[in-house]
Amino acid sequence: MSEQKNKANRTAIKLLSVACGMFVFGFALVPLYDVICDVTGLNGKTSGKTSGAAYLQGQAIQEQLVRDQEEPGFDDDRQVTIQFLASNNASMPWEFRPASRTLKVQPGKLNMTTFYARNIASMTITAQAVPSVTPSRAARYLHKTECFCFEQQRLASGESLDMPLRFIIDRDLPEDITTITLSYTLYDITQPVNDELAAYQGYKF
Amino acid sequence: MSAVIEVHHHDDHHHGPAKGLMRWVFTTNHKDIGTLYLWLSLSMFLLGGCFALVIRAELFQPGLQIIEPEFFNQMITLHGLVMVFGAVMPAFVGLANWLVPMMIGAPDMALPRMNNYSFWILPFAFAMLASTLLMDGGAPNFGWTFYAPLSTDQGPPSTTFFIFAVHLMGISSIMGSINIIVTILNLRAPGMTLMQMPLFVWTWLITAFLLIAVMPVLAGVVTMMLMDIHFGTAFFNAGGGGDPVLFQHVFWFFGHPEVYIMILPAFGVVSAIIPTFARKRLFGYPSMVYATASIAFLSFIVWAHHMFTVGIPIAGELYFMYATMLIAIPTGVKVFNWIATMWQGAMTFETPMLFAIAFVILFTIGGFSGLMLAIVPADFQYHDTYFVVAHFHYVLVPGSVFSIMAAVYYWLPKWTGNMYDETLGKTHFWLSFIGINVLFFPQHFVGLAGMPRRIPDYALQFADYNMMSSVGAFLFGFSQLLFVFIVIKCIKGGKKATDRVWEGAHGLEWTIPSPAPYHTFSTPPRLDRQEAHG
Repeated sequence: MSEQKNKANRTAIKLLSVACGMFVFGFALVPLYDVICDVTGLNGKTSGKTSGAAYLQGQAIQEQLVRDQEEPGFDDDRQVTIQFLASNNASMPWEFRPASRTLKVQPGKLNMTTFYARNIASMTITAQAVPSVTPSRAARYLHKTECFCFEQQRLASGESLDMPLRFIIDRDLPEDITTITLSYTLYDITQPVNDELAAYQGYKF
Repeated sequence: MSAVIEVHHHDDHHHGPAKGLMRWVFTTNHKDIGTLYLWLSLSMFLLGGCFALVIRAELFQPGLQIIEPEFFNQMITLHGLVMVFGAVMPAFVGLANWLVPMMIGAPDMALPRMNNYSFWILPFAFAMLASTLLMDGGAPNFGWTFYAPLSTDQGPPSTTFFIFAVHLMGISSIMGSINIIVTILNLRAPGMTLMQMPLFVWTWLITAFLLIAVMPVLAGVVTMMLMDIHFGTAFFNAGGGGDPVLFQHVFWFFGHPEVYIMILPAFGVVSAIIPTFARKRLFGYPSMVYATASIAFLSFIVWAHHMFTVGIPIAGELYFMYATMLIAIPTGVKVFNWIATMWQGAMTFETPMLFAIAFVILFTIGGFSGLMLAIVPADFQYHDTYFVVAHFHYVLVPGSVFSIMAAVYYWLPKWTGNMYDETLGKTHFWLSFIGINVLFFPQHFVGLAGMPRRIPDYALQFADYNMMSSVGAFLFGFSQLLFVFIVIKCIKGGKKATDRVWEGAHGLEWTIPSPAPYHTFSTPPRLDRQEAHG
């Protein structure tokens, strides 16, 4: 009888470890999802600081520049329309808009534009801009060399700022994509940032 | 973990249960625990039903008459959670506790003490969940799917209690499933091969594996929510580098297998009842087993069909569409087998059979509307409308709930030793059958016409169908009081049941006396060909 008891215990322990493994797997889905988003551009995520791939992106730009030098004379005369959208997340009290709503750009060339932000609230606010690209297929071909979304933005009450964005559209952009929409949403992250500072510096806001 | 079955070495094999209330608190007897689960399920079914009737009363007419929209949202959330985790799942676990040992010739569940724990966690979990109604800010109000950021940034303070309640339910389910698997794999009567087990045992074996695989993922997702709310992480907060769409992926990775967890044991129940009243062997037993296993496998790879409209690349949408449609094949095999079992059978229509046949017909309707929802371009139209509500209620109410009722009528004489009142049983069936169709069928039409889910008020053109739905809801709801009456009446007394109970029944549970003695199969039975399935 005790042999049967041992057998039952062994089965139960195996099953319990499966359950624990699945709990860990649930958390493993988080980095897995980010990787899949990076590879496929799923959900319109651009590679950049927010998805932790700034380094890889820098490499892609390097490669592009090298290729431009190796193939001088290269001329991609395609014109791609890029549209800019700016929106605030719920309860984000900033004015936020792109300097120009659309640009016509040539793949392989470095472009620059700015987004305007003004804090119309009565207190200092820290914001994080989160980008999204439509169609999501195009996300992999949009390389940003400089973006206000790489850093948190902190504006005092009434302060305003022109925030720069420099980007290159990859020459490998599929032929059928003629319009890309790049949208930024601003999130109010004042509270978490203050909490973090307070925790590290014993600072009180 | 060491609480593995202790075989009673005393001479006295026939001692009964302990006396008084403590019998139920400390019991490790599978029949007692099965009974506790079934009563909990019944009370949660009535509680969740009350929430549903509040919803239907508000929707009886357009405009806001009875409750505030905020409270309406709390009602839909609690209705869903209580019905899924409180009514349907514990009912099937209760049936498993009662029936699995009796069907495989085991003296009890393999881990009786853990069995006791896994039940007694639940009343606390549901007390905690229900208590959120009395808290500041009200109960959770984000729907049973608790999508972030509704449940993280925008949820009420009671969300934390909801998270702990879900944790407790998950722990209970995982322990219950481990117990069921260990019992089935280790305690079968000598000579009973896996392919001779009753289909109810098979479906529960597979369901238990599903539970072990996905309940921890649910625990993971609510833990991430907890950390987002209280510890400043940003799993689902886009402002901090997270992604709310990730929540939907993780949730539905749990959620889709979960819907099969609620239907596979129902398949097992129906596969037991139809052969009995058709007086034929189940048609295609091996294909039933393989179909169940295929459905379980497919349930893991189709989750994103719940989120076609969040923005998935076209290749992904096509994949999830075709994979989803694939599920219709094993399900079709099952429906075919049930019909083939009835074909040219000597059928009689006692209450369990009526519920089982209604299950086959109405579950198939729910399956077909599911196929419609699987079509991506059509789903863009149907998404978040009442068509979805009609679809999943057709598979859950006349599906899972009818099968549970069929099971109760079918095995109640074995549990109590008394026959239930057949006339009242049939009355209950017809009231429920008419009620449920009046309730949910019109919701297909308002859904196709564009009425969104989860709204307390609606446009005037939906008024007539909503009024019908509400009438059906009250008819169905109040018929369940008759069910409670029938069950209590049967426990109190009635015509004595024979050991076999049903002329066409076969299986080990029908070889023991009625009512089933407190301890059965203390010595393993010999399985003869007559009682073996497969």
